[in-house]
Amino acid sequence: MDRIPILKVGEFLLVSVQVDMHDRLAMTLQDDLTARIVVDGARGVLIDISSLDVVDSFIGRMLGNIAAMSRVLDAQTVVVGMRPAVAITLVELGVALRGIQTALNVDSGMALLRKRVDAAAPSAGS
Amino acid sequence: MNTLADTVLPVRSDEDIVRVRQRVREVCIAAGFSLVDQTKMVTAASELARNALQHGGGGDMHMATPVENGRRGVRLTFMDEGPGIADVAQALRDGYTTGSGLGLGLGGAKRLVNEFAIDSRPGKGTRIMIARWK
Repeated sequence: MDRIPILKVGEFLLVSVQVDMHDRLAMTLQDDLTARIVVDGARGVLIDISSLDVVDSFIGRMLGNIAAMSRVLDAQTVVVGMRPAVAITLVELGVALRGIQTALNVDSGMALLRKRVDAAAPSAGS
Repeated sequence: MNTLADTVLPVRSDEDIVRVRQRVREVCIAAGFSLVDQTKMVTAASELARNALQHGGGGDMHMATPVENGRRGVRLTFMDEGPGIADVAQALRDGYTTGSGLGLGLGGAKRLVNEFAIDSRPGKGTRIMIARWK
Protein backbone atom coordinates (compact mmCIF):
# COMPACT_ATOMS: atom_id res chain seq x y z
CA MET A 1 0.00 0.00 0.00
CA ASP A 2 1.55 3.30 -0.99
CA ARG A 3 -1.22 5.60 0.23
CA ILE A 4 -3.33 5.91 3.34
CA PRO A 5 -6.98 6.38 2.30
CA ILE A 6 -8.69 9.65 3.23
CA LEU A 7 -12.47 9.51 3.63
CA LYS A 8 -14.74 12.52 3.37
CA VAL A 9 -17.52 12.50 5.95
CA GLY A 10 -19.61 15.63 5.62
CA GLU A 11 -17.29 18.57 6.18
CA PHE A 12 -14.66 16.39 7.84
CA LEU A 13 -11.86 14.23 6.55
CA LEU A 14 -11.32 10.89 8.25
CA VAL A 15 -8.06 8.97 8.24
CA SER A 16 -7.44 5.65 9.92
CA VAL A 17 -3.81 4.62 9.89
CA GLN A 18 -3.87 0.82 9.81
CA VAL A 19 -0.30 0.06 8.79
CA ASP A 20 3.13 0.68 10.24
CA MET A 21 4.00 3.66 8.05
CA HIS A 22 7.44 4.08 6.60
CA ASP A 23 8.65 7.67 6.52
CA ARG A 24 7.79 8.38 2.90
CA LEU A 25 4.27 7.06 3.39
CA ALA A 26 3.84 9.41 6.35
CA MET A 27 5.05 12.35 4.27
CA THR A 28 2.65 11.37 1.47
CA LEU A 29 -0.24 11.33 3.94
CA GLN A 30 0.73 14.78 5.17
CA ASP A 31 0.78 16.15 1.62
CA ASP A 32 -2.43 14.36 0.59
CA LEU A 33 -4.32 15.61 3.63
CA THR A 34 -3.23 19.19 3.14
CA ALA A 35 -4.32 19.05 -0.50
CA ARG A 36 -7.65 17.43 0.37
CA ILE A 37 -8.48 20.06 3.01
CA VAL A 38 -8.36 22.65 0.27
CA VAL A 39 -10.02 20.60 -2.49
CA ASP A 40 -12.88 19.43 -0.26
CA GLY A 41 -13.14 22.62 1.76
CA ALA A 42 -12.90 20.46 4.87
CA ARG A 43 -13.41 22.09 8.27
CA GLY A 44 -11.88 19.29 10.28
CA VAL A 45 -9.51 16.31 10.12
CA LEU A 46 -9.79 13.25 12.32
CA ILE A 47 -6.80 10.90 12.45
CA ASP A 48 -7.31 7.53 14.08
CA ILE A 49 -4.04 5.96 15.25
CA SER A 50 -5.56 3.18 17.36
CA SER A 51 -3.87 0.57 15.16
CA LEU A 52 -0.41 2.05 15.61
CA ASP A 53 1.69 0.24 18.20
CA VAL A 54 4.59 2.65 17.71
CA VAL A 55 4.66 6.41 17.22
CA ASP A 56 8.21 7.70 17.04
CA SER A 57 9.45 11.28 16.73
CA PHE A 58 9.02 11.24 12.96
CA ILE A 59 5.36 10.23 13.07
CA GLY A 60 4.86 12.61 16.00
CA ARG A 61 6.28 15.43 13.93
CA MET A 62 4.03 14.50 11.01
CA LEU A 63 0.96 14.67 13.27
CA GLY A 64 2.11 18.09 14.50
CA ASN A 65 2.67 19.27 10.94
CA ILE A 66 -0.79 18.16 9.86
CA ALA A 67 -2.35 19.99 12.81
CA ALA A 68 -0.37 23.15 12.05
CA MET A 69 -1.08 23.08 8.31
CA SER A 70 -4.78 22.44 8.76
CA ARG A 71 -4.98 25.30 11.25
CA VAL A 72 -3.52 27.62 8.64
CA LEU A 73 -6.11 26.30 6.18
CA ASP A 74 -8.94 27.02 8.64
CA ALA A 75 -9.51 23.40 9.63
CA GLN A 76 -9.25 21.65 13.00
CA THR A 77 -7.35 18.41 13.62
CA VAL A 78 -8.05 15.79 16.24
CA VAL A 79 -5.92 12.69 16.79
CA VAL A 80 -7.79 9.80 18.35
CA GLY A 81 -7.13 6.34 19.72
CA MET A 82 -3.57 6.64 20.95
CA ARG A 83 -2.63 3.51 22.85
CA PRO A 84 -1.50 4.01 26.47
CA ALA A 85 1.93 2.42 25.86
CA VAL A 86 2.44 4.78 22.92
CA ALA A 87 1.47 7.80 25.03
CA ILE A 88 3.89 6.82 27.81
CA THR A 89 6.70 6.30 25.31
CA LEU A 90 6.08 9.56 23.46
CA VAL A 91 6.25 11.62 26.63
CA GLU A 92 9.48 9.93 27.70
CA LEU A 93 10.88 10.41 24.21
CA GLY A 94 10.20 14.12 24.61
CA VAL A 95 7.45 14.43 22.01
CA ALA A 96 4.68 16.27 23.83
CA LEU A 97 2.45 16.71 20.75
CA ARG A 98 1.83 20.31 21.69
CA GLY A 99 -0.85 21.98 19.61
CA ILE A 100 -2.49 18.67 18.81
CA GLN A 101 -6.01 18.00 20.05
CA THR A 102 -6.56 14.41 21.10
CA ALA A 103 -9.57 12.31 22.01
CA LEU A 104 -9.89 8.77 23.25
CA ASN A 105 -11.89 7.38 20.35
CA VAL A 106 -13.52 8.26 17.05
CA ASP A 107 -16.88 9.13 18.65
CA SER A 108 -15.50 11.65 21.10
CA GLY A 109 -13.08 12.89 18.44
CA MET A 110 -15.96 13.66 16.09
CA ALA A 111 -17.85 15.39 18.90
CA LEU A 112 -14.79 17.49 19.70
CA LEU A 113 -14.30 18.42 16.04
CA ARG A 114 -17.96 19.40 15.76
CA LYS A 115 -17.68 21.60 18.85
CA ARG A 116 -14.52 23.30 17.68
CA VAL A 117 -15.81 23.91 14.17
CA ASP A 118 -19.07 25.32 15.54
CA ALA A 119 -17.14 27.56 17.92
CA ALA A 120 -15.02 28.83 15.05
CA ALA A 121 -18.02 29.19 12.71
CA PRO A 122 -18.83 32.88 13.14
CA SER A 123 -15.56 33.75 11.45
CA ALA A 124 -13.79 36.53 13.30
CA GLY A 125 -13.28 38.22 9.94
CA SER A 126 -9.82 39.47 10.76
CA MET B 1 26.08 -15.05 26.68
CA ASN B 2 23.40 -15.10 24.06
CA THR B 3 20.40 -17.34 23.84
CA LEU B 4 20.15 -16.73 20.11
CA ALA B 5 22.79 -16.10 17.57
CA ASP B 6 23.13 -12.43 16.68
CA THR B 7 20.89 -11.31 13.88
CA VAL B 8 21.93 -8.59 11.49
CA LEU B 9 19.40 -6.42 9.69
CA PRO B 10 20.18 -3.83 7.03
CA VAL B 11 19.23 -0.21 7.66
CA ARG B 12 19.37 1.25 4.17
CA SER B 13 15.84 2.39 3.33
CA ASP B 14 12.58 3.62 4.87
CA GLU B 15 11.21 0.10 4.53
CA ASP B 16 14.19 -1.24 6.50
CA ILE B 17 13.23 1.00 9.42
CA VAL B 18 9.77 -0.60 9.42
CA ARG B 19 11.35 -4.07 9.36
CA VAL B 20 13.64 -3.09 12.24
CA ARG B 21 10.59 -2.09 14.28
CA GLN B 22 8.84 -5.38 13.49
CA ARG B 23 11.83 -7.60 14.30
CA VAL B 24 12.66 -5.72 17.50
CA ARG B 25 9.03 -6.09 18.57
CA GLU B 26 9.30 -9.86 18.00
CA VAL B 27 12.43 -10.29 20.09
CA CYS B 28 11.05 -8.07 22.87
CA ILE B 29 7.94 -10.25 23.01
CA ALA B 30 10.11 -13.37 23.02
CA ALA B 31 12.14 -11.89 25.89
CA GLY B 32 8.95 -11.47 27.89
CA PHE B 33 8.90 -7.65 27.93
CA SER B 34 5.75 -5.85 29.06
CA LEU B 35 3.81 -3.94 26.41
CA VAL B 36 5.20 -0.59 27.59
CA ASP B 37 8.77 -1.92 27.62
CA GLN B 38 8.31 -3.40 24.13
CA THR B 39 7.01 -0.07 22.89
CA LYS B 40 9.92 1.86 24.41
CA MET B 41 12.52 -0.46 22.90
CA VAL B 42 10.86 -0.52 19.47
CA THR B 43 10.58 3.27 19.49
CA ALA B 44 14.23 3.69 20.49
CA ALA B 45 15.21 1.29 17.69
CA SER B 46 13.17 3.29 15.21
CA GLU B 47 14.90 6.53 16.21
CA LEU B 48 18.38 5.01 15.96
CA ALA B 49 17.64 3.25 12.67
CA ARG B 50 16.52 6.55 11.20
CA ASN B 51 19.62 8.23 12.58
CA ALA B 52 21.83 5.59 10.94
CA LEU B 53 19.98 6.04 7.66
CA GLN B 54 19.72 9.81 7.55
CA HIS B 55 22.88 10.90 9.33
CA GLY B 56 25.09 7.88 8.64
CA GLY B 57 23.99 7.16 5.09
CA GLY B 58 22.73 3.70 6.05
CA GLY B 59 24.22 0.82 7.98
CA ASP B 60 23.27 -2.29 9.91
CA MET B 61 21.58 -3.25 13.13
CA HIS B 62 22.89 -6.17 15.18
CA MET B 63 20.36 -7.76 17.47
CA ALA B 64 21.15 -10.00 20.42
CA THR B 65 19.16 -11.44 23.32
CA PRO B 66 21.60 -11.75 26.22
CA VAL B 67 20.86 -13.23 29.62
CA GLU B 68 22.74 -11.72 32.56
CA ASN B 69 22.23 -12.62 36.21
CA GLY B 70 19.09 -14.46 35.21
CA ARG B 71 17.59 -11.42 33.48
CA ARG B 72 16.68 -11.52 29.85
CA GLY B 73 17.45 -8.56 27.71
CA VAL B 74 17.51 -7.24 24.20
CA ARG B 75 20.63 -5.55 22.93
CA LEU B 76 20.77 -3.64 19.65
CA THR B 77 23.83 -2.18 18.00
CA PHE B 78 23.50 0.28 15.14
CA MET B 79 26.51 0.76 12.94
CA ASP B 80 27.06 3.13 10.08
CA GLU B 81 30.06 4.39 8.20
CA GLY B 82 28.82 7.91 7.80
CA PRO B 83 30.49 11.19 8.71
CA GLY B 84 30.35 10.43 12.42
CA ILE B 85 29.33 12.79 15.19
CA ALA B 86 31.83 15.48 16.07
CA ASP B 87 30.28 16.47 19.39
CA VAL B 88 28.44 13.54 21.00
CA ALA B 89 27.31 15.54 24.05
CA GLN B 90 25.73 18.11 21.78
CA ALA B 91 24.07 15.45 19.64
CA LEU B 92 22.44 13.95 22.73
CA ARG B 93 20.90 17.25 23.73
CA ASP B 94 17.21 17.66 22.97
CA GLY B 95 16.52 19.95 20.09
CA TYR B 96 19.88 19.46 18.44
CA THR B 97 19.45 18.43 14.84
CA THR B 98 21.54 18.38 11.71
CA GLY B 99 18.56 17.56 9.56
CA SER B 100 14.89 18.36 9.43
CA GLY B 101 13.95 16.35 12.52
CA LEU B 102 12.90 17.40 15.97
CA GLY B 103 16.34 16.66 17.32
CA LEU B 104 14.95 14.13 19.77
CA GLY B 105 16.33 11.00 18.18
CA LEU B 106 19.49 10.26 20.17
CA GLY B 107 18.63 11.86 23.49
CA GLY B 108 15.09 10.52 23.29
CA ALA B 109 16.25 7.00 22.47
CA LYS B 110 18.65 7.12 25.42
CA ARG B 111 15.78 7.92 27.80
CA LEU B 112 13.82 4.88 26.58
CA VAL B 113 16.44 2.24 27.39
CA ASN B 114 18.48 0.93 30.33
CA GLU B 115 21.88 1.04 28.64
CA PHE B 116 23.18 3.40 26.01
CA ALA B 117 26.68 3.60 24.61
CA ILE B 118 27.88 5.63 21.69
CA ASP B 119 31.17 5.50 19.86
CA SER B 120 31.62 7.94 17.06
CA ARG B 121 34.53 9.64 15.40
CA PRO B 122 34.39 12.13 12.58
CA GLY B 123 34.97 10.33 9.30
CA LYS B 124 34.84 6.92 10.96
CA GLY B 125 31.13 6.37 11.37
CA THR B 126 28.97 5.82 14.40
CA ARG B 127 28.20 2.85 16.58
CA ILE B 128 25.38 3.04 19.10
CA MET B 129 24.49 0.22 21.48
CA ILE B 130 21.29 0.13 23.46
CA ALA B 131 19.94 -2.51 25.81
CA ARG B 132 16.81 -3.03 27.84
CA TRP B 133 16.29 -5.67 30.51
CA LYS B 134 13.16 -7.42 31.61
